[in-house]
Amino acid sequence: MRNSSGAGLMSKWLIIVCVAGGLLSPMQTALAQALADSDAEQIQRGEYLARAGNCMGCHTTRGGEPYAGGRKLNTPFGQFVTPNITPDNETGIGRWNSEDFWQALHYGKSKDGRYLYPAFPYTEYTKVTRPDADAIFAYLRSLPPVVQANPPHKINSPYDNQALLFLWRTRYFNEGVYQPDKSKSDEWNRGNYLVQGLGHCNACHTPRNVWGGSRDDKMSGGKIMGTYWYAPSLVSPLEAGVSEWSIEDIAKLLSTGINGHAVTSGPMATIVRQSLQYLSDYDIRSMAVYLQSLGEKRDSTPRKARKMPEQVRQYIALGQEVYEKHCQDCHGKSGEGVPGIYPPLAGNRSVTMISPLNAIRSVLYGGYPPATAGNPRPYGMPPYQHFIRDPEIAQVVSYIRNAWGNYGSLVSPEDVDNSRGSEF
Amino acid sequence: MKFFAFILLAMISALVSAAEPASSAISDTLEERVKPCIICHRDADLIDRDAYFPRIAGKPAGYLYNQLRNFRDGRRYYQPMAILLENMSDEYMREIADYFASLPYVYPQPVVPALSPAETKSVETLMYSGDPERDLPACSACHGEKLMGVQPAIPGLLGLPHAYLAAQFGGWRNGGIMRGQTPDCMSEIAKKLTQEEVNALVQWLPGLPVSGQLAGADALAPELAQRCRTILSGKEMAR
Ligand code: HEC
Ligand code: HEC
Ligand code: HEC
Ligand code: HEC
Ligand code: HEC
Repeated sequence: MRNSSGAGLMSKWLIIVCVAGGLLSPMQTALAQALADSDAEQIQRGEYLARAGNCMGCHTTRGGEPYAGGRKLNTPFGQFVTPNITPDNETGIGRWNSEDFWQALHYGKSKDGRYLYPAFPYTEYTKVTRPDADAIFAYLRSLPPVVQANPPHKINSPYDNQALLFLWRTRYFNEGVYQPDKSKSDEWNRGNYLVQGLGHCNACHTPRNVWGGSRDDKMSGGKIMGTYWYAPSLVSPLEAGVSEWSIEDIAKLLSTGINGHAVTSGPMATIVRQSLQYLSDYDIRSMAVYLQSLGEKRDSTPRKARKMPEQVRQYIALGQEVYEKHCQDCHGKSGEGVPGIYPPLAGNRSVTMISPLNAIRSVLYGGYPPATAGNPRPYGMPPYQHFIRDPEIAQVVSYIRNAWGNYGSLVSPEDVDNSRGSEF
Repeated sequence: MKFFAFILLAMISALVSAAEPASSAISDTLEERVKPCIICHRDADLIDRDAYFPRIAGKPAGYLYNQLRNFRDGRRYYQPMAILLENMSDEYMREIADYFASLPYVYPQPVVPALSPAETKSVETLMYSGDPERDLPACSACHGEKLMGVQPAIPGLLGLPHAYLAAQFGGWRNGGIMRGQTPDCMSEIAKKLTQEEVNALVQWLPGLPVSGQLAGADALAPELAQRCRTILSGKEMAR
């Protein structure tokens, strides 16, 4: 018995060893594989999230090495130069760990404890979750290190003062990861997270006070600091609120840069090219669901028909002549445009909204919508700054703001001159 | 700047053309898509001889493509074009370059330059013999025997406005305004010329009638191709 049991034990033991020995190496490799997979997956997710945050857009100069920084951002507070965030030890963030990175993205503090300027939109990125932040960091670590030291910021006094920045933060910076609203759908929550967090739409679409603090977080529109563009309200039905658009139309504008009613231009076209066009259908749809829910409804009381004074009528008639000569070919006799190719001007809120800045800029500088997978060969608008004088540009913009049922204030040659300037 | 404003004013009248009847269907062509370019880069017969806008029709495709990338990526500076190209892809710019390269071009009539016989002689020497002492190859060694360019990335020198030529040499020589990649064979050559030589050659070139064709790539000696390798390799630069 003993023997047999001994033999039994022995053979059991052997079996276990054999089985274990036989399984061990495949198990080990499977485990290692699983770990590696999740690393690779994490990096891939990080790459996607970095797109959603458009980190590369700011941290790369025109034609420069990706993520090596050096892009200059002009603001009323001075000129910021984006840092190198490739994993180079000396000039980049090669010595950072994921905690350092979290401190930067979530709290706006650099590795050395310095408060970062909100030209880095950590005021929005603070909503990003820790796993998402870790994935972005893993992705940045996987990039080839680039040795590139960038020039320092040139910040005007008194804004170059850390104590002042500290005060600014206590007043305008609300740290905190996004908290889902359980009463809303998953899509809505995902959209909210992306729009208010990584998408940092607030960075441009929120009115700013003289301190660069946002006056509210409602994305009610404002002139973008240090650029020459007006970012329209994403709430008001008179600007870019989309409560009356279908989800498909909103999604199309965000992912391709153009739809039947509207087209993205200037900095918004750049955001679509660099960031939004790469987002998944689900994420774009989620953003559309959230944006649609934000929009206020249009005031339904009909506008009183106006009687135009004769002088105004004459001024606008001059604009009509300019329109027929230069613009009608593309935008149509009745401002109807060609959907998806040339934007309609009739009923187009980019034309009629209170600030005429963007409409004037379109005429001065022209532009192409972004080349995206959904619209790879866009049609363009010529720049007229050298071909039509300011008084006639003022007339034609006044005309398109008041023709075909449009209603907007008149534009003067001084308005045209004040709209000049570009980052180029 | 004043000079520029003057040219532009002069062009305003020329470019105000009558509208064609609005067509309901927009043609799905590059011709339609490059309308914004044509406002400046029109046919020669509409361009004032002194106009600053260079011809682009019929230039080598690789050269045009390189320039479009240079403007977009900040290696060559001209604000209106930087704005237009800001959100274009490499693929789309390649198509646009091919389109302009394939267009025939109506050349302007030559303008007789006001140069002394001695000046003319010295320009001709530069053009066709170069100056080995200063390590200056003949212009024709790179730009083709007929100065009509060499495939795929060296442009011809004929039919270009005087003001444009002068500005290009200014850009290369002063280094203040970037033009193209650096280091770049053409900027290196432009810096070796004297101001007198530049003044003379930018007058001399518009005096030649345009004739002959773009030469094949094999017209370029290997050592010269080597000298221009950054440009010729068409290195894809990251955006
Ligand atoms: C709107 C432009 C902009 C965008 C978009 C942007 N950054 Fe930045 N970032 C900056 C600027 C400007 C600074 C420098 C702030 C300072 O020095 O106070 C900065 C600083 C940083 C720093 C701190 C580096 C250091 O040395 O202290 C990190 C890390 C960083 N950014 C990562 C990111 C990531 C990750 C993203 C995308 C999720 C991103 N940035 C998107 C402009 C931007
Ligand atoms: C860099 C600044 C900037 C950022 C960031 C930005 N926008 Fe914009 N946006 C603009 C400007 C400027 C305009 C006006 C030009 C135009 O109409 O395209 C605009 C216009 C729009 C429009 C109206 C387009 C039209 O013509 O009707 C929508 C919708 C919009 N943005 C949504 C967003 C969303 C969603 C985000 C975040 C993912 C975002 N924007 C981020 C600057 C920005
Ligand atoms: C060759 C065709 C063409 C001509 C001619 C043309 N446009 Fe445009 N226009 C466009 C395209 C394409 C866009 C979209 C540009 C963009 O996204 O940057 C546009 C955009 C605009 C916008 C901005 C619309 C928006 O939704 O943001 C305005 C305003 C405008 N054009 C007015 C004019 C006026 C006024 C003229 C005549 C002086 C004119 N256009 C001539 C093609 C044209
Ligand atoms: C407002 C007028 C204007 C418009 C519009 C314009 N260009 Fe230009 N383009 C110029 C001028 C001026 C130069 C010379 C710039 C310099 O280097 O100083 C130039 C240079 C070029 C060159 C380089 C030519 C050479 O021989 O080196 C190319 C290629 C070009 N443009 C293509 C285009 C294309 C394609 C478009 C349309 C997408 C366009 N341009 C729109 C004015 C314009
Ligand atoms: C070693 C070869 C080489 C030599 C020699 C050379 N070039 Fe060039 N040149 C080039 C290349 C390459 C370019 C295109 C540069 C670019 O892509 O920006 C160019 C461009 C130019 C242009 C710009 C044309 C345009 O359409 O914008 C002019 C003008 C020019 N060269 C004049 C000259 C003259 C004059 C000489 C003689 C003094 C000369 N080159 C000698 C290689 C050369």
